[in-house]
Amino acid sequence: MSPVFTVYRKELKDILRDRRTIISMLVVPVVVMPIIMLLFSGVSAKLVQSALEQVPEVTLLGAEDSPRIREALASNKGLKLIPPTADYAARISNKSLRAAVELPRDFDHRIGQATETVPVKIYYYQGELRSGFAAEAIEKCLRDYRDQVLIDRLAVRGLPPDFTRPLNTTRQNVAPAEKVGGNFIGSVLPYIVILLCLTGALYPALDLTAGEKERGTMETILSSPASRTQLVLGKFFVVLTASIVTALCSLLSMTTIFLVSRGLFGLAIQGKVSLGTFTVAPGAVLAVLVLLVPLAVLFSALLLALGTFARSFKEAQSYAGPLILVAILPAVAGLLPGVEMSPGLAFIPILNLSLVSKEIFTGAFPWGYIALVFASTCLYAALALWFAARMFNRESVLFRT
Amino acid sequence: MIEARSLGKVFPDRTRPVVAVEDVSFQCAPGEIYGLLGANGAGKTTTMRLLATMLRPTSGTAIVGGFDVVREPEQARRCLGFLSTATALYGRLTAFEMVQYFGRLHGLTDGEIASRASDLFGRLDMNEFRDRRCEKLSTGQKQKVSITRTLIHDPPVMIFDEPTNGLDVMSARTIVAFVRECRAAGKAVIYSTHIMSEADKLCDRIGIIHGGRLLAEGTAASLKSAHGGGDLEDAFVAIVDAASC
Repeated sequence: MSPVFTVYRKELKDILRDRRTIISMLVVPVVVMPIIMLLFSGVSAKLVQSALEQVPEVTLLGAEDSPRIREALASNKGLKLIPPTADYAARISNKSLRAAVELPRDFDHRIGQATETVPVKIYYYQGELRSGFAAEAIEKCLRDYRDQVLIDRLAVRGLPPDFTRPLNTTRQNVAPAEKVGGNFIGSVLPYIVILLCLTGALYPALDLTAGEKERGTMETILSSPASRTQLVLGKFFVVLTASIVTALCSLLSMTTIFLVSRGLFGLAIQGKVSLGTFTVAPGAVLAVLVLLVPLAVLFSALLLALGTFARSFKEAQSYAGPLILVAILPAVAGLLPGVEMSPGLAFIPILNLSLVSKEIFTGAFPWGYIALVFASTCLYAALALWFAARMFNRESVLFRT
Repeated sequence: MIEARSLGKVFPDRTRPVVAVEDVSFQCAPGEIYGLLGANGAGKTTTMRLLATMLRPTSGTAIVGGFDVVREPEQARRCLGFLSTATALYGRLTAFEMVQYFGRLHGLTDGEIASRASDLFGRLDMNEFRDRRCEKLSTGQKQKVSITRTLIHDPPVMIFDEPTNGLDVMSARTIVAFVRECRAAGKAVIYSTHIMSEADKLCDRIGIIHGGRLLAEGTAASLKSAHGGGDLEDAFVAIVDAASC
């Protein structure tokens, strides 16, 4: 039996007996992440829903001499007018009032003159969901009122209602549902899977290196006839297994959750895509999984090198923090709208996978880019593995105390 | 057979290189216990790690079981069993799995491991905790597992680096008895310690190491008589003082 396989088998058994590995490899991706996602989307959907259902309390400032506009606002079912107070701004800020609308004196009269644009000001709490909805409701009410005034003015002059609207634009989506859905899924899914690939590798990598140093077994294993390269390879394959299993488990569990709770997810991304008819091509999933393998190799090797360098598990964890951040940033950059694949970006690890996955999920298979992403990630992965092996062969690193 | 030939080890450092071992030469024949006696920081552990091929010498070399530690480190490791207080066990493996793992790394078949482990577990009275995880074992039981781990491939050379450090009397006695058994079995044994009485009782020949250099060598009796006729501690202090002047 090859020493690499002997080390692999032992290390796998070892980490699978550790509760912390089981938590990071199986419990987090299969149970915790989906529950968090479900709760998050469920709670946010519920919040939006209840905010939409609630009639906001707003106040009207000025226009005491303008009964028509007052009546228009008061009779609007989407608004609840309450008497004005001097501290309306403070009340909006402390959320006891959603918004206020300020109209000038003689509003009705000035509108009737049709000689000027009458200014209207809406006070609201920027960034506060319910206040934003209230401001939108006021705007809609005033827009309807303005349109009615305009129609009346045109009628007085014998002109048709469309006189002031020489053209009318509408938007029509021509992309198939797969592409629209793929764009969304292709952005979000690789980000989550990349992240889980990294977190799946994190704990075993540090445990098998820095943890080994800390527990005093490093010297024991170094006295065995296995070469250091064989030892590091055995450990590396365990970390890689953990990384891929974590990513696969998370993909499976998220797909299941996704299919079960389309309604909730649909609400969370309201207006972007109807997920009811959306399907992901198995070929796209397979292609992305194949592309993920060298990335998992890259993460596993880098984390192994980092764990080997650290004196203790705690020290390794403090190094891993910035590494995770460095890995997340390109993954997040891939989520940004307008960031598209280009020959230059195809060489940036993580980001390239994120971008090419977006393309793949929309049904396009840019083979040139796919090959470039695969080849460049393989190259980085090989370099990282070489670096990890080199680190494991350095006495000054192995015996750092 | 163990032979250190002008072994030297210099650790690079930002300010100035640290000479840990310098020009150390000695021999240990089969059936002999060679003691390396020195204070903390004298270079014992570095010498032991050089012999066990964990560190690579910066000068000189050593022959372990007929293999050069620089040119044939893997073959040299196949011939040796290494035990120190720093060689811990894998807590999540059982006593048997720990021994089996090392047996496999030494290239033994599962059949060979089973038969040899059965013999060793019986001799060391370990069958009661054979399938218990190492993390749940007492210090004495852990020592027995470590001993079995080093013996599973029946190596001709044994290297002990301060193996009784921090152990209670009973556990230390188990180790000492085991070291004697190794000698009786015809193995070449290197034993490093800073405990004078241990070296005096156990070692056939003693090398006194200080500041990375081997200052004197001989049987305990010859060292004592050559340096005032007192006990080994007196001889040790006299040798170290003479070197420091």
